[in-house]
Amino acid sequence: MSVSDLSSLGSPGGSHVRAVHDEFHGDLLEVSMGPHHPSTHGVFRMIVTLDGETIVKLKPVFGYLHRNHEKLGENTSYLGSMPYTDRLDYLSSMTNNWAYALAVEKLAGQPVPERAEYVRVILAELTRLLNHTCLAGFLMQDCGCSGTPLMYAFREREKILDLFESLSGSRMMCNYQRFGGCRVDPSADWLDGAKKLTDGYGAFLDEFETLLTGNEIIMARTQGVGRLSPALAISAGVTGPMLRATGVNYDLRKVDGYGVYPRFDFRVPLGDHGDVYDRYMIRVLEMRESIKILSQALAGIPAGPIMDPKAKLRGFRPKAGEAYGRIEGPKGEIGFFLISDGSPNPYRYRIRPPSFINLTILEDMCLGQTVADAVIILGSVDIVLGEVDR
Amino acid sequence: MSDQVTASTPPPPAVTDAERDELRRQGILLTSLQELYTWGNSHSVWPLNFGLACCAIEMIAASMARFDIARFGSEVFRPSPRQADLLIVSGTVTKKMAPQVIRLWNQMPEPKYCIAMGACAISGGPFKQGYNVLKGIDRFIPVDIYIPGCPPRPEALLHGLLELQKKIQGFKISGPDAPRHLRADLKCDCPVPEFGEHDLEPPANPEVWTAPTLVRSEKA
Repeated sequence: MSVSDLSSLGSPGGSHVRAVHDEFHGDLLEVSMGPHHPSTHGVFRMIVTLDGETIVKLKPVFGYLHRNHEKLGENTSYLGSMPYTDRLDYLSSMTNNWAYALAVEKLAGQPVPERAEYVRVILAELTRLLNHTCLAGFLMQDCGCSGTPLMYAFREREKILDLFESLSGSRMMCNYQRFGGCRVDPSADWLDGAKKLTDGYGAFLDEFETLLTGNEIIMARTQGVGRLSPALAISAGVTGPMLRATGVNYDLRKVDGYGVYPRFDFRVPLGDHGDVYDRYMIRVLEMRESIKILSQALAGIPAGPIMDPKAKLRGFRPKAGEAYGRIEGPKGEIGFFLISDGSPNPYRYRIRPPSFINLTILEDMCLGQTVADAVIILGSVDIVLGEVDR
Repeated sequence: MSDQVTASTPPPPAVTDAERDELRRQGILLTSLQELYTWGNSHSVWPLNFGLACCAIEMIAASMARFDIARFGSEVFRPSPRQADLLIVSGTVTKKMAPQVIRLWNQMPEPKYCIAMGACAISGGPFKQGYNVLKGIDRFIPVDIYIPGCPPRPEALLHGLLELQKKIQGFKISGPDAPRHLRADLKCDCPVPEFGEHDLEPPANPEVWTAPTLVRSEKA
């Protein structure tokens, strides 16, 4: 049996390790990693075929967390889907909310007050800090630094979650954005708290980088591992830090200029090699840019209403039509495509999940690497299974 | 010493509580084997390192510095079910995932406990209407503690763990009231369902779950 015939050997729910005889390559070993595996960041399964320790084939298996999100969205009112978007990418609920609100606002032609736009930017950048910090912690956990970086990351995450909780009432599932604004007006105290956190975050990043960035073991473990070429990244539709780590300058905050992002001065960090180390570095640099955006937004936030007074929440029925709203989420382009037929529910509700599309090139990055590297390559893709399987 | 423990394990009649206290002050500990067993058992519950969905993030947060589950003896998250005592079902169980969860439960050695964390694990939660979501993990495996919330806060998980510890401390180690793992006539395994054409086959484990019966009021 040749290597190309191995796809017939899937072992659905069966034995976990199986030897495959191959007269040219010796014995290949098929290992099923997941759906319960400490490295898979949830319930994701990789069927890895190994020649010794080298990966010759990798088959991802999705769907262990398929929660019928899109079907539920078509049977729920527009506003009723907002809490469900929190549970897509459960580390960054605020950006999911924003992308969905943007799509519905486009559909209904609903304007958003300036103060709400600023609040959205502040919350989105806080979410980016939260997501990238947690990702760096989890990635280092995958590399084998068991505990310490993740502890630091979660210490900072709690500070951001405290802000989210005092604003929206919930730590993780904020359900905060509305069509035409935001649900509650942040108080001056809250803005002060956000400013304090922003001012202190640079010091945390310095501490974090002292621990990790120049670390010899981490450089040896991650540099040159899981390289992705810009051409492949573009043709596969990869977005977000994954794409920018390959050196492609594509950031929706600059390209689309949605919200009030054109008013802020920030740069888009780009990588060189597209390896795991670059993907880690890009996230750290993006966090530093997020701090810049945050301090500008917190300094320039205007007074005014937080909701458009004409915005209609109950009995909301947009005219027939379709709209696609997308923003630069922490993981890439998160978009919602809606078709309305004039009824209270969307006729079609489709999500473009960034981490699912970034995951499609997992095999290309893993081929020829060792099985231990597959773990950190998967970690560097930054998947959240709620979004991958929906 | 709490009232509950004293009530369940009466000291020998010759020794009163006051005398026991006096002896303890002298450096002599009088206890029963049952008390010692449940004390050790309840304070070293090792959870399985197993996350399903959103609640898993709060489970990780509970094990981090701020909430510090290590205060209650449960910081040792084991990746292998063979080394774990506690299955925290942290998130939505889909019909594709349910057989794997039950297989993990069967692989855990006794004594083992199960916490259903969050609305999804209890009943399907916000995704209950979905065609692919299991409406509660208690249809297949016995659940000790239910923690409501979407997701529950880490404090809620800690509260659930404390309730579990109380439950373990109330166990008898012999007799007809002994827990499952100390009795020869009770089975520890749950049958693993198959992913059938339309639904899981069988759709529930009748030994741990029966469909609730609809009770109508007498008013005509």
